[in-house]
Amino acid sequence: MKEIICIVCPNGCRLQVDEAADYAVSGHKCPRGKTYGREELTNPVRTLTSTVRIEGAAYPRLPVKTDHPIPKAKISAVMAQLDAILARSPVKRGDIIAENIADSGANLVACRDL
Amino acid sequence: MKAQLAIIGGGPAGLAAAIAAHEAGVRDILILERDRECGGILNQCIHNGFGLHYFGEELTGPEYAGRFIDMLKDTSVRVLSDTMALDLTPERVIHTVNTAEGYMQIEAGAVILAMGCRERTRGAISIPGTRAAGIFTAGAAQRYVNIEGYMVGKRVVVLGSGDIGLIMSRRLTLEGAEVLACVELMPYSSGLTRNIVQCLEDFGIPLYLSHTVTDIRGKNRVEGVTVSRVDENRRPIPGTEMIFDCDTLLLSVGLIPENELSKQAGIILDPRTNGPEVYENMECSIPGIFACGNVVQVHDLVDFVSEEAQLAGRSAAEFLQKGSKPAGRLITLTGGSDVSYTLPQKIRFDAMPDRIKLSFRVRRSFGESKIILRAGDAILASFKRSHMAPGEMERVTLPKKLLNEVSGNEIILEVKEA
Ligand SMILES: Cc1cc2nc3c(=O)[nH]c(=O)nc-3n(C[C@H](O)[C@H](O)[C@H](O)COP(=O)(O)OP(=O)(O)OC[C@H]3O[C@@H](n4cnc5c(N)ncnc54)[C@H](O)[C@@H]3O)c2cc1C
Ligand code: SF4
Repeated sequence: MKEIICIVCPNGCRLQVDEAADYAVSGHKCPRGKTYGREELTNPVRTLTSTVRIEGAAYPRLPVKTDHPIPKAKISAVMAQLDAILARSPVKRGDIIAENIADSGANLVACRDL
Repeated sequence: MKAQLAIIGGGPAGLAAAIAAHEAGVRDILILERDRECGGILNQCIHNGFGLHYFGEELTGPEYAGRFIDMLKDTSVRVLSDTMALDLTPERVIHTVNTAEGYMQIEAGAVILAMGCRERTRGAISIPGTRAAGIFTAGAAQRYVNIEGYMVGKRVVVLGSGDIGLIMSRRLTLEGAEVLACVELMPYSSGLTRNIVQCLEDFGIPLYLSHTVTDIRGKNRVEGVTVSRVDENRRPIPGTEMIFDCDTLLLSVGLIPENELSKQAGIILDPRTNGPEVYENMECSIPGIFACGNVVQVHDLVDFVSEEAQLAGRSAAEFLQKGSKPAGRLITLTGGSDVSYTLPQKIRFDAMPDRIKLSFRVRRSFGESKIILRAGDAILASFKRSHMAPGEMERVTLPKKLLNEVSGNEIILEVKEA
């Protein structure tokens, strides 16, 4: 039995996950906690947010994120690739900046118009 | 210049207030924003976690702001950016200075204050040691890294475990810095638990509770800091010193509502929130001047800022269309000993809608507990909570019908272990 905190929403429910019983979850206030509890112990994922360089815009950095959560183990590989990216203004919120970045299975998307 | 409604500040509060007032029928709305664009502090909060309540999905700060900025495009709301409001009179005249047009006076039918808050600095908490470079407030560092694209240092100690300190610990780690420690004076963190997990624990950054920075070394640039344990009275305990060799110290030691303008206008401020005292409709002590967002109370979730701002926007529209609310029976709301503040401070019974939201913060952590609304000896309502912490704003709903029966004009909000 493992006790972890659900980070899906600000409620921060304390979850008990039973590895011995097929990762059965208790302590969750909503179904998202159940999925999180199981995933966190089998394949932990996070949405990565960061910035890349942008040319021709009012600011030098463009905020970006992975369009869905990626395995925690992939985070440093994705961060390493961001340094090489140079976006060009104009960019719209939601534009794909890089596809399947670092083989993470997620696209990198712009978070604002710039 | 004249405007039916002038909104000071184009952050999430100002934007949501403008949209709500427009929906309520006001057409001549002017937002004054000192920055070059709207969005406020959200533009630098590039992490996700915004919008779960309001949009039902998890957005980054710029995305949340962007959605509101897009909504403005379909309205007649005008934005004056690069425009700083310098003074506000009780007659609702705003003095501004703008880089292109210089000095202006704006006569407004109604005003909404949405100036947000600013960070406490080293001066406000007085840490001993040298005045070396490399000491930043966490919010300033957030702006440098996320918008301007400058890294602030390589080996970092963060003082304060509020959300901004936690988020910046992760951000600097991802950008290649080594965050040696997050140091918190209190025995608990004031940040959200999810942020402790995903910003510190995910990266193995140690959190030292009941500790503080007692010395800063370095001549030109910070070379190290001393961290000591503190006793129950928050005094450093000799002999507990730990030395960290770092080049950067980030301060995340609290936010103060930005109320210079409110003071100039003579608006009554509440010493507990450092923001204007407000009525049930977010109106301040001067009729026709409303306030919302971090200028009223420091919020942890922008979703609730938007909600509060919509109420202010609708109320300002109502003031413009129907005039002042009747005074009538006036009820005051105060907090018990473990409650640091309650909002709204005053409720005009006759003007009150069927239900209103009360917000407050507790002074210490609570496990299984009860929130009790009391008028004299009579208990009006009680609400259960499994957990409450000073870092998390709490809200309860007060139905008007509960006030019909009580005779007194004072309501007290108390919290108790269950
Ligand atoms: C540094 C910092 C980091 C934060 N990080 C987070 C976070 O990670 N997550 C989270 O949920 N919340 C965060 N918050 C809280 C966040 O600020 C609020 O949720 C929300 O942004 C408050 O909205 P607001 O519109 O009241 O204030 P703000 O976003 O601060 O907007 C106020 C606006 O008013 C303008 N303004 C102020 N004075 C004047 C003037 N005199 N004339 C003209 N314009 C003026 C400012 O330029 C600004 O655009 C943070 C706050 C700060 C200070
Ligand atoms: S279990 Fe549901 S309610 Fe609880 S923290 Fe997770 S997402 Fe939020």
